[in-house]
Amino acid sequence: MQLWLIPVFPLAGFLLNGIFGRRFSKAIINSIAIGSVLLSFAWVLKTLLALGELNAPHAEHYFTWIQSGTFSVGFDFAVDRLTAVMLLVVTGIGSLIHIYAIGYMAHEEGYYRFFAYMNLFMFFMLTLVLGANYLVLFVGWEGVGLCSYLLIGFYFTKKFATDAGNKAFIVNRIGDFGFSLAMFLIVVNFGSLDFSTVFQAVPGKSEAALTAIAFLLLLGACGKSAQLPLYVWLPDAMAGPTPVSALIHAATMVTAGVYMVARSSAIYTHAPAAMEAVAIIGLLTAFFAATIGVLQNDIKKVFAYSTVSQLGYMFLGAGVGAFSAGIYHLVTHAFFKALLFLGAGSLIHALGGEQDVRNMGGLRSKIPWTFATMVCAGVAIAGVPPFAGFYSKDAILLAADRHAPWMYWVGVITAGMTAFYVFRAIFLAFFGRYRGEAHPHESPWVMLGPLVVLAALSLAGGKLFNVPEFLAPLFPLAEEGHDIGPMLVSVAFGLGGIALAYLFYVARPGLPDALAASFSGLYKLVYNKYFVDEIYAAVVVDPVVSGSREVLWKGMDVAVIDGAVNGVGNRSQRLGGLLKRLQSGSIRSYAVWVLLGSVLLLLAMGVAGGLR
Amino acid sequence: MTAGVPLSWYLILSAVLFTLGVAGFVFRRNIITVFMSIELMLNGVNLSFITFSYQLKQVNGHIFSFFVMVVAAAEAAVGLAIILTVFKNRSTLNIDDVSSMKN
Repeated sequence: MQLWLIPVFPLAGFLLNGIFGRRFSKAIINSIAIGSVLLSFAWVLKTLLALGELNAPHAEHYFTWIQSGTFSVGFDFAVDRLTAVMLLVVTGIGSLIHIYAIGYMAHEEGYYRFFAYMNLFMFFMLTLVLGANYLVLFVGWEGVGLCSYLLIGFYFTKKFATDAGNKAFIVNRIGDFGFSLAMFLIVVNFGSLDFSTVFQAVPGKSEAALTAIAFLLLLGACGKSAQLPLYVWLPDAMAGPTPVSALIHAATMVTAGVYMVARSSAIYTHAPAAMEAVAIIGLLTAFFAATIGVLQNDIKKVFAYSTVSQLGYMFLGAGVGAFSAGIYHLVTHAFFKALLFLGAGSLIHALGGEQDVRNMGGLRSKIPWTFATMVCAGVAIAGVPPFAGFYSKDAILLAADRHAPWMYWVGVITAGMTAFYVFRAIFLAFFGRYRGEAHPHESPWVMLGPLVVLAALSLAGGKLFNVPEFLAPLFPLAEEGHDIGPMLVSVAFGLGGIALAYLFYVARPGLPDALAASFSGLYKLVYNKYFVDEIYAAVVVDPVVSGSREVLWKGMDVAVIDGAVNGVGNRSQRLGGLLKRLQSGSIRSYAVWVLLGSVLLLLAMGVAGGLR
Repeated sequence: MTAGVPLSWYLILSAVLFTLGVAGFVFRRNIITVFMSIELMLNGVNLSFITFSYQLKQVNGHIFSFFVMVVAAAEAAVGLAIILTVFKNRSTLNIDDVSSMKN
């Protein structure tokens, strides 16, 4: 079936553009970069059509990677229905975003570098979803982290961009540490890393071991998918170019954690404590990030916190046992969040780099296509029926309601806030009077095309792709019995959020400031993102930095290591200074030494044994 | 070598010759004298070789002393050539002045 061709196309694109891109014209770079992703997409479609129903996983073994005693890891790819969904999302959305980037990056330095990194990202992301064991998944997992780092720091002459790249990389190390430990535990307990072997052996294992594995995997997922307490890197990651934010930090890479939890569902269903932790972390993240998103003024930051919040929903879905609902939300979220970011990119492009919603306004008539598509994304994320976000969010909230009603209510309130902050951004940017100084112009069609396609998917994608039904062989559907009540409540909260945003930012623009003044303490707390970055800096970063400086650098490196080396050197030098006096260069003094030595030797022999 | 002369006399003579050579080597400044002192040491050693060889009725000592003589002859040839060259270049035979290898 040649599954390996799927990731190899973008890899070839990366190598060609990465090595020779400097000499290529933009047309050649474009055709290589976009061509390779489109080829990959086409190959995914062809493969999936050829594989048909996919009721059993289709696996391919390429070579044995590690062989040690009875333990062996192969470089294996496998496709089942879950992988099929991920492949379509990654290559489909990836293609659209690559096309969009032609327009967005047209005037940027390092054009070839950008597309080379994007192709490399596609390669690793596809390796991640195709991998048939944890180690191949981990290769992709680390690879997408690398590309994320490279692309966040794409504007490497700006300090904040490189800092954000470092932050993403370092925070992810914490998660990857957990993931590595989980893999070691899996090897110890199962003697294999293959998904099929491990998941078949799960029922016979002790719950304690499974819970430990599940918690460590969750730590890895929290890092990659920006969940509490490791979410802090994602908002800063917006320092990268907007197509990167859309592709890596909204649609695909950050959902890898959700994919991994869903992939490991066999382990999680046998570790109820870890499941509960997944649900609670997801729910808290969703709520917490949504409150921060309400008061952000940088449009990309609003959507970044929204991404964190929506990823929380996916975790909530997985945690309450509705893995397919989590993946469903992953898919619809890829549509509307990619669209929101690309729309924001178009907006920023139109305003020549302005990202602050306070300096926008009244752009509805100036950039109508961007406006229309962003409204499509807005109603989709707000959960307005019958658009995409409604189906997936409803599936998650329904499952949460069955699991524990309080989770449902927190989720519903979060849904209301989601609708509020997205429409707050939209109203501030597109309604009212223009408050900036730039001359807005509509983006070129190469950018608007992907926006329109994504808008169509955001509107119809939920109804069109019934992911839970497709995934039913992997994740059995809950029994039927669709309660209309909880659904109506969540829709009401979504619409209420939109209405509130309209009231605050269009009808009565003075109201938000008055409210902020009357709740100034709470306002400051949320506006400063609960001071989480500051707390982390004080509790974790500063002790590590000062500990490194005082103990490791000045104590260990300078005093002990340098001290030992320099001490040995100094002693040798001093001893040499003494010994060099012997080496006078005068033959006769040497002769005297020889004479003295001989005499001493003779005396010693005489004393010791007599000259017999 | 008559039977009346005891072995120790030969050895004492050998030791005296060697010691004279050592003293000359260490204390004299003239290169030629130093050189001759070396020859003296070699001959002192030769004498003790011959003595022991005679005493033990073995031929090894004779052969060894021939070797020493050959080496001494070769050394004399090379050494005298070096001394001549040094004198030509430096107009001195004081061994302490010929120390350009030092430092």
